[in-house]
Amino acid sequence: MDARFVPLFVVIPMAAAFLIPLLAKLWQRSADLIANAAAAALLGISVYGAASLVTESQVLVYRMGGWAPTLGITLAYDHLTALVALAVNALGLCALLFSVRYLDHYTGRWKFYTLFMLILAGLNGVTVTGDMFNLFVFIEIAAVSSYALVAFGTDFDELEAGFKYMVIGEIGGTAILLAIAMLYARASTLNMAVVSQVMAGFGRTPLFWFIVGAFLVGFAVKMAMVPFHAWLPDAHPSAPAPVSALLSGVFIKVLGVYAMSRVMFNVFGLSRANAPAFFNLLLGFGVVSIVAGGLLAYVQKDYKRLLAYSSVSQIGYILIGLGIGNYWGIVGALFHILAHALGKGLLFLTAGSVEHATGTRDLDKLSGLEKSMPVTAWSYLLGSLSLAGVPPFAGFFSKFFIIVGAVSAGMYWLAILAALFSTVTLGYLVSVVNRAFFVRKDREPTAAREVPASMVIAMLALLILTVALGVGFRPVLDKLVGPAAQNLIQGLGYARAILGG
Amino acid sequence: MRGMSLIVQTVARLLAGMLFLFGTYIVLHGHLTPGGGFAGGVLIAAAFILVSLAFGSVEQTERNSYTLSSVVESLGGVLFVSLALAGYAAGTFFFQGAAAYGTGTPLRLISGGIILPANIAIGIKVGAGLFAVFLALGASRFVMKD
Amino acid sequence: MIALFACLLLLLIGLYAVVTKRNIIRIIIGFSLVEYAVNLFFALVGFKHNGIPPIITHLGQSRSNFVDPVPQALVLTAIVIGLATTALMLALAMRIYEKYRTFDITEIRRLKG
Repeated sequence: MDARFVPLFVVIPMAAAFLIPLLAKLWQRSADLIANAAAAALLGISVYGAASLVTESQVLVYRMGGWAPTLGITLAYDHLTALVALAVNALGLCALLFSVRYLDHYTGRWKFYTLFMLILAGLNGVTVTGDMFNLFVFIEIAAVSSYALVAFGTDFDELEAGFKYMVIGEIGGTAILLAIAMLYARASTLNMAVVSQVMAGFGRTPLFWFIVGAFLVGFAVKMAMVPFHAWLPDAHPSAPAPVSALLSGVFIKVLGVYAMSRVMFNVFGLSRANAPAFFNLLLGFGVVSIVAGGLLAYVQKDYKRLLAYSSVSQIGYILIGLGIGNYWGIVGALFHILAHALGKGLLFLTAGSVEHATGTRDLDKLSGLEKSMPVTAWSYLLGSLSLAGVPPFAGFFSKFFIIVGAVSAGMYWLAILAALFSTVTLGYLVSVVNRAFFVRKDREPTAAREVPASMVIAMLALLILTVALGVGFRPVLDKLVGPAAQNLIQGLGYARAILGG
Repeated sequence: MRGMSLIVQTVARLLAGMLFLFGTYIVLHGHLTPGGGFAGGVLIAAAFILVSLAFGSVEQTERNSYTLSSVVESLGGVLFVSLALAGYAAGTFFFQGAAAYGTGTPLRLISGGIILPANIAIGIKVGAGLFAVFLALGASRFVMKD
Repeated sequence: MIALFACLLLLLIGLYAVVTKRNIIRIIIGFSLVEYAVNLFFALVGFKHNGIPPIITHLGQSRSNFVDPVPQALVLTAIVIGLATTALMLALAMRIYEKYRTFDITEIRRLKG
């Protein structure tokens, strides 16, 4: 199987990011076109890649510049990569389509698209890379562009949130760099596969756990698990809505969850059997995130801030799925990456269209939008049902798999907690429907008009994907999520797959 | 930005060309000696920054330089990506290096395959990009009023 | 060994500045210190006793005692990233000053909850 398409994941968004400022000088609207075309091409190659993996089912390895591992950078494309790349690029295309009209009340359209394409380049780079330092570079590319996009509105809130996000995020990035430096000092190579073979013979010394800890701190900041979450509820609402969708939907998962699981499972070879303390720590962080995020979401008055706290809570679900550490737990976590990317992306886009139509996100000022904006209202309702775990939507299956994993590992209290807090999720998400979309007795319906067609199409596309993922969960589970979970469970087998291929 | 004194201007006049030349040298010899696209690009940007600090500039010039340097920066980026793609399109590897050209000969300027042109592209990008950063942070339209 | 402790000290000074200082510019300086400490540590990883720079100055030179060049290349990349983040932080600081007319982070607190 030819792996030649793999570097395109980075090349296409990079080339688009460099072309947009050039061509936007000649024709303003060319930025819309280039960005959307690049995102469509990215989605195309991720679908192509996933399809070719399904038929051939082996890890694709691409050597940059023809250099062999230990010298050069290798790119690797396995089922886990395919899954994450699909989520990133599907949401990326919908968010960009949404941006075309949403940006009407912003200035600096081409700057927005350039930064957005750089985020996509960083996220795709993180998913396909097989090299530790390359991972750090792509994390920083995505992170630096996201700091600029959070502050894009350059008003009081945006600047404050942007600076806060930047300081905390960069401390996390530096922790990752420190861990990579120590890892290089031990292993004298940066190729993930070779590093994992060296570390396998290294033993569980205090230095080993210090490196793991430094990585964990860095990724914890990037994924905003409680208590490293302080930046997220400020940063995600402050960004323009399509960027919020991308940040909450895939950014925290790719930079945090995906990168962490790749490093912990495949490079360090940790598993429930050989490192129970680490997995219990993940469970602890997950439970705290679910509880704190869920309860804090209840008291929010800001539409997007509520969704941001909900993201903290849902990251907790992914963490307990990984922390359970058996097949079904990891399947649940990975399925939730997909389901939450589509669902939360959809909810943030509805927040964007409500803000676009009414000019406010304050839930206390909105009322009765269902009459004037039916598509937005129904997209929100169905998306929140999916996130809360109501069958037959995608979110139901991810939570169901996590609960199955918890029960089969004998952690009944965890299963009860997960089920309990999915009702809490339903509670705070539906409270938005009550406050914003249904007519309230004490208030006239807010005057608004349904948003333009391109924004409606973006929301409907995500809605259809959410429903399709739920109804057709079986092939996705068998062909993509199941093998992806096996990629993680095999641990050090990753190195054999890369180096043998 | 206001200009500086006659002494600074005279020294800057003497130094700027040398600095630019040295930056170019570092970019071109990146595959033989320490340095390369980034280090040389920083020196090239420093030459421009020196001139604009010493002689001062008016807002319109700054605006024009900013536009021009961001365009040149994007061109450098496009050049780099197309160099990387050249090997790919020719049917070998992305960033075709050792596989097609061998590992290069020590102390020969025209050797090492793609490294020299890639260094030039990076030098253009870094030089223009850093100058644009300088203008964005230090130019007079942003000077705080109080 | 002393150099490693110097790195640690630099890291701690930087973290102290980031955590305790109220002035945005000082926070940025503290952050730069943290970054330099990590970069210095990374560069030290390639250290070798009696090592020589990994540069071929004449043909047929012995390459046995070269220090490891990889950390130096990586540190250069990390410095470039640090440059970008510092420039962006300073740009944000300028915009914050234009809006709030202050660099004091205790007065820049509108977001809550």
